[in-house]
Amino acid sequence: MWYLCVFYHRLLDYRKPEVESLADLCGAFNDNHKLEWKLPKHHHPDSPFHFVNLPSEEIARNVANRSILVKGLYELWGEGNSYEELEEAIKNYPDEQKLPYLTPESSFKITVDTFGKVISFQEQNDRIRDLSYIPFKANTYQSTDAVFDGQQTKWFQGRVNLRNPDHKFWLMETDDYGSNNGLPPVVQKRVFFGREVGAADRKLLPTYQLKSRSYLGPTAMDAEVAFLMANQAQAMPGKLVYDPFVGTGSILVAAAHFGAMTMGADIDIRVVRDGRGPDCNVWSNFKQYGLQMPLSLLRADNNLPPWRSGLKEVFDAIICDPPYGVRAGGRKSGGRKLLKGVKGPYTVPEDKRTDHIPSTAAYSLAECVHDLLDLAARMLVIGGRLVYFYPVPRDNDSIDTNFPEHPCFELVAACEQMLSLRYSRVLLTMVKTRPYTDDIAEAAKIRHLEFKENHLKWMEDGNLHSAVFSPADLHLGDTVDTKVGKESKPKYRGKYV
Amino acid sequence: MRLLTHNMLSSNIKGVTSGFPLRIEAEKVVEKQVELNAAFLKNMFAKIEWKPFVDASRAMGYAELPDEAEPLMLESDEFLQKFHHALLELHLEEGALVCPETGRRFPVNKGIPNMLLHEDEV
Repeated sequence: MWYLCVFYHRLLDYRKPEVESLADLCGAFNDNHKLEWKLPKHHHPDSPFHFVNLPSEEIARNVANRSILVKGLYELWGEGNSYEELEEAIKNYPDEQKLPYLTPESSFKITVDTFGKVISFQEQNDRIRDLSYIPFKANTYQSTDAVFDGQQTKWFQGRVNLRNPDHKFWLMETDDYGSNNGLPPVVQKRVFFGREVGAADRKLLPTYQLKSRSYLGPTAMDAEVAFLMANQAQAMPGKLVYDPFVGTGSILVAAAHFGAMTMGADIDIRVVRDGRGPDCNVWSNFKQYGLQMPLSLLRADNNLPPWRSGLKEVFDAIICDPPYGVRAGGRKSGGRKLLKGVKGPYTVPEDKRTDHIPSTAAYSLAECVHDLLDLAARMLVIGGRLVYFYPVPRDNDSIDTNFPEHPCFELVAACEQMLSLRYSRVLLTMVKTRPYTDDIAEAAKIRHLEFKENHLKWMEDGNLHSAVFSPADLHLGDTVDTKVGKESKPKYRGKYV
Repeated sequence: MRLLTHNMLSSNIKGVTSGFPLRIEAEKVVEKQVELNAAFLKNMFAKIEWKPFVDASRAMGYAELPDEAEPLMLESDEFLQKFHHALLELHLEEGALVCPETGRRFPVNKGIPNMLLHEDEV
């Protein structure tokens, strides 16, 4: 059945993939793993309004309620270019679909939403009054707690409940209100009336926001994005989720919120074991929200992982934000000077071994991603998901869409988030479709040695840090030709969403 | 560090061929309650190497696990409880994991095992 899906107007690339991922989690798919989408008449592809085909209301409700970006999923009772057309459409909508929600015993609320324009309370009431052809009067009970204003009880004799109604109805109007209202252009007026089936629980965000998190680090993942990652990974009770670059645990917190068991590792022991004190560490983050603590945290190098050789297909999902060397550089084992060939191989003397802190070397993005894919290919169950951020430099008006590939994986989503004019990060969702064979393991070992032998070369080539921070040669302030790089992605209210 | 983790770890020092299982040197063992999730336990059972798991649990002071186990035994609540307890509720807070081949100690502090290799083990 087709539903009207209204998104929050932000993180545009993430909206549909989130719904697709949750639909899959809620059992919407049999064979073909893609949802059908349609744009409403007169609407731009960036519009918050889309039609989506979902198999049942229960699935639609579950998808919407778990999502972060769906403002509402509605059973459409009518739409049109004008209120007259809307009335016609609603009258034609089958009674057996409408009447069950207009019974005398149930309470309701009607919200008027004009996208991109603010209308007065009186105007809102006028619109609602004009809906009197809908048999909200099918009930004869006149409520004294109808709260609009004294007048409204004349038309709606049902039980209005603004705080916690049984059924929520929305009257939505979209029109060309002129430019600069912060929304994608609508060519001509289009109005919708629908019954709300489900909506995102945005109260999660103030609860989990970073600014009240007990233990933070410079690269802690923003709460909204962490929930989106957990939804892409389909975290749920009974599943085991792993983060090989756990840091302060911000991504695992989101996965644990959805009931998954979590595990994390990091090469920096101070972050993982010590934190900033006994009440300010990774464990206290979980305690703060009453979440199940991670099953284990360990200090390990993703380049030389400590797993036993027979171990595979253990994790249901791997969710992470690898270090890309822009704001925080990655590290791997092995002395820096050793790998550069400046110093010969050495042995740590026996008496110094117990407290020895092994030196680490810089970890290039290419090698980091190779190791991550190898780890995921081996340790994920078939059907398991690898969800991670991949940085891409922006070159004028586009990004390179050659994302990392691996024979065991199928890429199902790539969601770009612009970080600056120079670079974006893309959230990649890969599903493991093929088992990790001996051949693949061999090839990975060879590649690992290649990286080791050519350590210097990898550190110099493709250095993302310098691409982001080198002095601007093209963008010398706003007076210079600002068309370059800015036409590509449209701005809404002066921002890239 | 829980026994679930211990069952996954091995000493991957260069040249070592059988770094699993690591021998446990327990200095401080703590018990922490975890809610039982049967579905999760059944999934994990298939991944566990049973004999090293039982040996490790004994090194931690828990002797209730049978020497051998079959998936069918998971149907019994009693066995499930014991499995759950040993797998998730026993914690090694302080101690070390010792490589069976070289004797190299991987320290465990505040429950976190340090599996990083030294420069000459890489």
